[in-house]
Amino acid sequence: MLDNSPRFDHLPAAPGVGYKPQHFDELRAEPGPVAWLEIHAENYMGDGGRPIAQLRALSEQFAVSVHGVGLSIGGEGPLDPAHLARLKHLVGWLQPASFSEHLAWSTHGAEFLNDLLPLPYTDETLARVADHIDQVQSTLGCQMLLENPSSYLAFAESTWSETDFLSELVRRTGCGLLLDVNNVFVSATNLGLSARDYIDAFPLHAVGEIHVGGHDEETDEHGTPLLIDSHGAPVVDPVWSLLEITLAKSGPRPILVEWDTDVPDWPTLRSEADRAAKALSPVR
Amino acid sequence: MIVTQTRFRGALLDPTQAVPEGLLDGADQPAGRRFAVYRNNVVVSLTEALQVAFPLVYKLLGAQTFARLAGIYVRAHPPSSPLMMHYGAALPGFLETFEPLAHLGYLADCARLDLALRAAYHAADAPALAPERLQCAPEALVGMSLALHPATRIVRSRWPLYDIWRLNNEADAPKPRAVAQDVLITRPEFDPSPHLLPEGGALWLESLASGQTFGAAHDTALAAVPDFDLAQALTLALQTSALTDDKTKDD
Repeated sequence: MLDNSPRFDHLPAAPGVGYKPQHFDELRAEPGPVAWLEIHAENYMGDGGRPIAQLRALSEQFAVSVHGVGLSIGGEGPLDPAHLARLKHLVGWLQPASFSEHLAWSTHGAEFLNDLLPLPYTDETLARVADHIDQVQSTLGCQMLLENPSSYLAFAESTWSETDFLSELVRRTGCGLLLDVNNVFVSATNLGLSARDYIDAFPLHAVGEIHVGGHDEETDEHGTPLLIDSHGAPVVDPVWSLLEITLAKSGPRPILVEWDTDVPDWPTLRSEADRAAKALSPVR
Repeated sequence: MIVTQTRFRGALLDPTQAVPEGLLDGADQPAGRRFAVYRNNVVVSLTEALQVAFPLVYKLLGAQTFARLAGIYVRAHPPSSPLMMHYGAALPGFLETFEPLAHLGYLADCARLDLALRAAYHAADAPALAPERLQCAPEALVGMSLALHPATRIVRSRWPLYDIWRLNNEADAPKPRAVAQDVLITRPEFDPSPHLLPEGGALWLESLASGQTFGAAHDTALAAVPDFDLAQALTLALQTSALTDDKTKDD
């Protein structure tokens, strides 16, 4: 349990975007409503060159959120000490406003599988994930946010609901949560659950950041809708609605627009940030 | 049925394995195609990482052949680190013994060139050696130690590697000549670029990098290549920021 003061209120309750190097110049010249940026930690673990130079320059103008995709917090094995050390180094020199990671696993033995793989919600998983969060928070010396996954399937062995599982992690570790409302929409559709009920059950007091993003629509072999969390399209209207419902309950929060594949030009991404600003205005 | 991560991983990378029992869809039926989403994510995301890492190999093979190669490679060599900027280090060696592409003998060296360019892109920053630093008495120059810039890479090849790179990156580039070419990669500011090394130039730079003095490195290069042109190699090294100042000792 970490008793440091929370770090998650360091991000402004305003729109942010996932940073893409092709937007570097336009983003700085015409940020519009964008007050903060999120970077994927692993892309900034080189020794130097353009990525690090750009990040230094951006951090002068914007608050920065470091979002890890490689820590494998749900992994059955121990956290990789070399990777933890790289994170500590990055967080040390950048002093970001927030650090977040995923409720998922991606490492098996010495292999890194480069995807956010799902976890069964059991007492055993809970104990392991809580230990790993404790280790991350004590290594980095700050609170971390944990993101709810997008799910394509469920585990028969699960004994916890995802929202109860996350609430219990918050209680045990003092971590905050990153609520991805697109993931809620994707998981609810894929698993035949209610996204509204999920938001109602979510521990919103612990939410330090919200994600919205686009997804792809497919169907499975039974003709049932199967949504894929692609981050490669505009945010759909039902996800914006879910965001508004969430904000009405939670109050203002930092909102990130994620667009990671088929990245659009800057004006298109900025207009998504405009829409996030509009969603925030009634709750200010 | 408990689905351990070992079982999940086994079926993830081997599509001939059945989807593990105990994984369900929203109607409590076996997960079936939903498991394929994860299978697909892993192979597609790693293939994309390789495509970013190996632009020359990609250009030479085309999208379809590259995707087939990547599909085999990612299962044989999954990443050992969450840093995608390091993924693919084993591809040149893999290509050396990959029968279906054995007719493209130069491909492994092209992969080495791609890796060297990427390594240069992410290498540490350092000041380039200013030419004035070499304006000293000949005896002092001979005894000087010079370090390679952290971004500098050398790829030796028995293929016309530099010409192959040019042909695939420059309009109106000449046809590759039937010669062996060593390539110097440097990163003056943020963008790495390849340069053709004169004969003996690779050995000369590697000798400097190993700690030999300016004079000793010259002797090493001359012993291997009797007509090694020091002035030409040094001019190239200075013009391309291949050397750095921070370890320079002029004693």
